[in-house]
Amino acid sequence: MISPSSSWLIWPIIAPLMGAVLCFLSGKPPRRTGLFFAVLTSGASLVLGWQVLARGIESYAMGAWRPPLGISLRADGAAALMVTMTAVTGLAVSIYSGGYFQSRLTGDDRDRCRLAQEQSFWPLWLLLWGALNGLFLSGDVFNIYICLELVALSSVGLTALSGKPPSLVAAMRYLLVSLLGSLSFLLGVGFFYKTCGTLELAAIISALTPTPPVIMALALVSAGLLLKTALFPFHFWLPPAHANALSPVSAILSGLVIKGTWYLFYRFWQEEILLAAVGAVPAILGGGAIAWGAFQAFSQQRLKMLVAYSTVAQIGYLFVAFPLLADPAGMGGGAFFYFAISHSFAKGAMFLAAGTFLLQMGHDRIDDLAGVRQLMPVSSFAFALGGLSLMGLPPSGGFIAKYLYVTTAIGQGRWWLALIVVLGSGLTAAYVFRAVAAILSPRLLAERPQLMVAASMQWSALALALMAMLLGIIAPLPLALMGVK
Amino acid sequence: MMVWQNWLLVAILLSSMVPGLIIFSLAESNRSWRTALNILGATVKMILVLVMIVGIYQGQRFAVHLRLLPDIELVLRADPLSALFVALSSLLWLLTTIYAIAYLEDSPNRSHFFGYFSLCVTVTIGIALAGNLLTFLFFFEMLTLTTYPLVIHRGTPEAMAAGRVYLLYTLSGGLLLFFGVAWLHALVGQIDFSRQGLLIPLLAEHRLSLILIFAVLIAGVGVKGALVPLHGWLPRAMVAPAPVSALLHAVAVVKAGAFGIMRIVLDVYGLPLTGELGLLMPLLLLAAITIIYGSLLALCQDNLKRRLAYSTVSQVSYIALGISIGNPLAIMGGMVHLVHQGIMKITLFFCAGNIAETLKIHDISGMNGVGRRMPLTMGAFTLAAMGMIGLPPMAGFVSKWYLGLGAIDQGMEWLIAVLVLSTLLNAAYFLPIIHRAWFKEPAQPWPAASGPTGFRDCHWMLVAPPVFTALLSLLVGLLANSGLSPLAWVRFIVATRYGP
Repeated sequence: MISPSSSWLIWPIIAPLMGAVLCFLSGKPPRRTGLFFAVLTSGASLVLGWQVLARGIESYAMGAWRPPLGISLRADGAAALMVTMTAVTGLAVSIYSGGYFQSRLTGDDRDRCRLAQEQSFWPLWLLLWGALNGLFLSGDVFNIYICLELVALSSVGLTALSGKPPSLVAAMRYLLVSLLGSLSFLLGVGFFYKTCGTLELAAIISALTPTPPVIMALALVSAGLLLKTALFPFHFWLPPAHANALSPVSAILSGLVIKGTWYLFYRFWQEEILLAAVGAVPAILGGGAIAWGAFQAFSQQRLKMLVAYSTVAQIGYLFVAFPLLADPAGMGGGAFFYFAISHSFAKGAMFLAAGTFLLQMGHDRIDDLAGVRQLMPVSSFAFALGGLSLMGLPPSGGFIAKYLYVTTAIGQGRWWLALIVVLGSGLTAAYVFRAVAAILSPRLLAERPQLMVAASMQWSALALALMAMLLGIIAPLPLALMGVK
Repeated sequence: MMVWQNWLLVAILLSSMVPGLIIFSLAESNRSWRTALNILGATVKMILVLVMIVGIYQGQRFAVHLRLLPDIELVLRADPLSALFVALSSLLWLLTTIYAIAYLEDSPNRSHFFGYFSLCVTVTIGIALAGNLLTFLFFFEMLTLTTYPLVIHRGTPEAMAAGRVYLLYTLSGGLLLFFGVAWLHALVGQIDFSRQGLLIPLLAEHRLSLILIFAVLIAGVGVKGALVPLHGWLPRAMVAPAPVSALLHAVAVVKAGAFGIMRIVLDVYGLPLTGELGLLMPLLLLAAITIIYGSLLALCQDNLKRRLAYSTVSQVSYIALGISIGNPLAIMGGMVHLVHQGIMKITLFFCAGNIAETLKIHDISGMNGVGRRMPLTMGAFTLAAMGMIGLPPMAGFVSKWYLGLGAIDQGMEWLIAVLVLSTLLNAAYFLPIIHRAWFKEPAQPWPAASGPTGFRDCHWMLVAPPVFTALLSLLVGLLANSGLSPLAWVRFIVATRYGP
């Protein structure tokens, strides 16, 4: 049913795209335009989330064209939740970026290059934002494919922005992986269209039958999405790309972009028959990711590399719970999405905070960070709080997610899953405290250097970390939104 | 229902949390504001807690609920047992704050110290007021996080290493506890402390699960409660400044563990079910072993703070011992020891801190003649040590007396041997210290007192708290039968909740 006011649905997509165009056309670095559209997009997204919560599923056909010709948008609880999550993380990152590009200007001849970076950053970021929202809200697989490509290309552009050789290499690898993934996805979509005769996602999923072409299609789609989500063992491209990018970009990539492809994977895999048959596959890979990512994170010398490998590990949690979805009455889905949102906020905050350390100290070697707390108490605190949520300690969204995971798993008799989650959070604690111990170390700095980091950077990192804490006590609200089906 | 009773509990938490958060943002040099906020918060909390205790005694109910998940709530509720722990923490917090202000004078990072210090007490009160198992877990984990910065406060390599060990132990314990709580939740849903017998219907079908969950839960809280063999972190955490050690041992961490054991045995499982599952005897043996083993190790230490630390390992297990004997008299003995041990142990740590700061003496072998230079400090130390040994009419005697009565009542005469052996060991490791301090000649003349500090020993804010708590440990023993003693309150708890 299409109600007249559900045209709200298009604004989280249209607003950032408009902003991207205007920023692209702007002559000088479009900081104000970018920030304005970031606020606008967040506002529209929050309104959408609130509307879905209050009135149920919203859908909209653009230009009143019906599928299969027109573009149809649909926001159920899960989609609205993801859009809302993107709004919160996106707004914090945008505010941070404003301060970030300002703080990096040093008044010498390298400033031209930095201004050029900012000039490309805003349009790319807003394009990415719009495409992500499109991904969440699209109802048919071809549009999803388009959004997927837009997300991939703008992410690669953002990754390459820093211009340093390691990030260029990483961006190139990212591009190739992304293209391969998209290709696989597109091929799978072709198979689906051939067998099901429709591009509508809901129709495809309800028509899933274990015939060879459908299995082939699903395998191709899944492989493509897993490659793009960097689930172990496809994670090789992620750490260098996320760690070497500019700091706001790292937060965007780790906090938001991987959630897009993960969300699609969830959309394809929520069918019970499928989960009962092969649900263990993503779960096993997820378990591998948790162990391997944590081990790698613990062995890193650089803070941003540690945080990036932590993303590899945390992606594992996003997949390990797929078997839990087999019981639709349980809280498996809630645990799942709660984890995704908490991770987005916490990881975003950690990358933003790590960015302030990197900018101020000129390096991010973990062992040499002692004393940073004295200089930047706010972002040190933000990093520690983000780590708290990652470890699943109260009061944080991570704690709620972990609690939901473990109680649901035990309730369904999946002991191995409960054990993986509990042991995994022990591993997480090991690497988080390796970093936090250095940052919170009470050792004093010999001299106090000039603070180069804008206050808005530190505070936006803290705000995002506090949002992860807030998730620890308002769980009924997001879970209610999630329950709108 | 009147609203103020619900907000009172929140106000009790906020009275230390808000000052803590403000103190974080204060400049390092802003000494007067920091001190004012600290004292103000601690005093306001004391008053609010008194209001609460009077209210409970008059039969009023205090509870706050926040829906955390669709089927589970965060509950703060004040029952008589929580009031006991809350009263202990808020009184000792006030004293420790006064002590810490003088102790940390001119040392760096004081804003951070007092910020975390306040948060730590907030969380401890949260543990005391937790009304269900999830809320308990919630604050129990936060306690780890708020105490860690205090343990590493000095920032030396030893402190950082001790911090790592501390985290390794406490976070692992936290994971165990988490697992147990989640498991229990999956079986029965929300576990409220105020509703007893929730688990009894499970007995037929889930006997093995119940036993395993009990083991996991006790191991989880036992890490903080320093049950042997989970006590390894405690002596290492001694690198922290003296007020932190005092707080860790007497109020916050170790006590939270012991309190957790009480909650799990008495309120989650309930004594009848624990007995039916055959779990009281293993717990009793564990407690008895911890009591003896801790004392033996204490005997081997020359470092004063380490000796005190092992003494804590031993003494705190009296609480578990009393609970696992399982009759009202023994429960009274164990419960009242929560308070008695706190008052006595905090005195000992204050004194050890004074001696280390003023005379730079850390080892017992160097304490010859300390009593002449610091008579008030050593006087307080002597009183508290006598109490620990269990000399009548001190606080420790009362605890041991009730434990012994309970043991005989239960037909466990062999426990008397454990108590006597433990008393002998206590005497063996405390009396030599007292002897050295008072009756031996110092190796060299003591450095003179520096500046007009009011007392001969050292600054009055360092001397007054231990003297006060030492007298208190005498008074609560001497006046144990009066209506205002901790023993009277414990009798009230047992009569209302765990009586026959």
